[in-house]
Amino acid sequence: MVAMNPPTDQETRGRNDIRGLAEPDAEAPKVARVEGGTATFDAADLSPRLVNLELRRLIYAEGIREVRIENPGAKHSIAVGLLARCRITINGSLGYFGATLGDGPEIHITGRVGWSVAENMMSGVVVIDKNAGSLTGAAMRGGDLVVRGHVGARTGIDQKGGTIVVGGNAGSMTGFMMQRGRQIICGDVGPGMGDSMYDGEIYVGGTVAALGVDCIEAEMTPEDEELLDRKLGIYRIDRPDTFRKFVCGKQLYNYDNLEPSERKLVL
Amino acid sequence: MCGIAGIIHTDGPGDVGAEMTKMLQSMKHRGPDSAGYALYGEPSELVVMRFKLADPNETSDFDYNERLERNRREVESRLSKIGATVDRVEGESAYAYRATFRYEGELKPLADYVEDIRGCEVLSLGHSLEIVKDLGDAQTVADQYHLDSFRGTHAIGHVRMATESDVDIAGAHPYWAYPFSDVAVVHNGQLTNYHQWRRRLERNGHRFQSECDSEIIAVYLAERLADGTSLETAMKQSLEDLDGVFTYLVVTEDSLGMAKDAMAAKPLVLHEGENLVALASEESAIRAVLPQEIDSYDPYESEVLVWSR
Repeated sequence: MVAMNPPTDQETRGRNDIRGLAEPDAEAPKVARVEGGTATFDAADLSPRLVNLELRRLIYAEGIREVRIENPGAKHSIAVGLLARCRITINGSLGYFGATLGDGPEIHITGRVGWSVAENMMSGVVVIDKNAGSLTGAAMRGGDLVVRGHVGARTGIDQKGGTIVVGGNAGSMTGFMMQRGRQIICGDVGPGMGDSMYDGEIYVGGTVAALGVDCIEAEMTPEDEELLDRKLGIYRIDRPDTFRKFVCGKQLYNYDNLEPSERKLVL
Repeated sequence: MCGIAGIIHTDGPGDVGAEMTKMLQSMKHRGPDSAGYALYGEPSELVVMRFKLADPNETSDFDYNERLERNRREVESRLSKIGATVDRVEGESAYAYRATFRYEGELKPLADYVEDIRGCEVLSLGHSLEIVKDLGDAQTVADQYHLDSFRGTHAIGHVRMATESDVDIAGAHPYWAYPFSDVAVVHNGQLTNYHQWRRRLERNGHRFQSECDSEIIAVYLAERLADGTSLETAMKQSLEDLDGVFTYLVVTEDSLGMAKDAMAAKPLVLHEGENLVALASEESAIRAVLPQEIDSYDPYESEVLVWSR
């Protein structure tokens, strides 16, 4: 029998460390050019981790407040977890999980984004000039997320705050399990809109294919009109003439209704 | 998870072999278990049959090599017996082969007769379709089968993360739409009414080579196409008939189609260029062949789209 050496951590995990972090030893590549307070760098030959390290270096260590990224090449997980006020322009398209977990930055993406853009954003602004994939603004807590084109399915799933503005159409299950916040969709919305939503408002300028469970239409108030004018005005999106407002019907609010036997126990 | 990709040139043949390798390799993280290609070259008068006689996972016993050689000759002789004029049978790897022959008859009896040989699976059959699939990433498979030089009009590919069945060639995509000539399918997702459909299709005389749920999409579509249903109609029917989450791509001799389930649960990014349509689970795969900024979008739920070359 030949004794086999167990594989080392390095062999089994490749370039990931014990936390699953890719390229654990990577350092910021220091490739940005800084001119008049604006830093610019090309992301074409950098891995997502190196792009994010460079961003962090510029924003946290150098204190630069304006960064421009060229050739993002639809990479995943770019500009994530930034917790500072800054302005980032991404000149191109991103893959999945772009601009997620942010608290403060204003991020402008001139191309398209994949799934889960601005997921869990706490505050700040993310503006996308073209289309977005599914799960746009999932579990978002605050800030403004603006998509000038169309979005895929399940926009604002589990949204807990903030505003999602869509210039085009939205797919199925928009606002699924939404808990707070607002969605303004100028175009048409697919089936199952507002399914199982707890709270919050969805404003729709086009048609709705079908409402989800416990989503009902509500009356527009002057405050609603003012909000739509203001939000669409800020981002210069053409405002459809009429909007309809949809909210939770609150027929599924059964959380405190104990079963009779349980009630007896409690009493 | 799995990654799927498709590309179709509408202005004549291109380097679809090399392009598909780039697309699949950029999605390696979505499925490292196996990679597969369905490539369409110039339609030939001859029938092209890709088949395998063993699986790379198989332990090779004492007469492994002799058995493969014996079985290869048996395939050749059975092709002749059923009325095909064999042009050539070439070994593409230790266990996978490519045969070309002249044949006018029904494909089903031919495929059944050949597959009756122990360990034999017909991977693809048609005048221009060639399915190549093996374990490892796309570059490994492309190098092994020399796919970088393959020229053609359209192709689909798949990188697999096995969830529902074994890691072997039988479980790898694309699936040939047995027994229908020149049709193949790749799929990302899970089908929950697999067993019902498998029993139904088996009662109608179709064979299944794997335990993989995706295989029923190919055979399901083949059955509809054999009835004379158009590809687009068959795909629309599949949205009603198949249960589960799926995005699948299907290719025929002259077209490429995509279908997405009612929940839009699986991703697909689509770029429609002037002379080229490319679609993949991730945009980075499309960027592997079109590095410049492009317009792209996610097709919606229950959407069926078909392009022709």
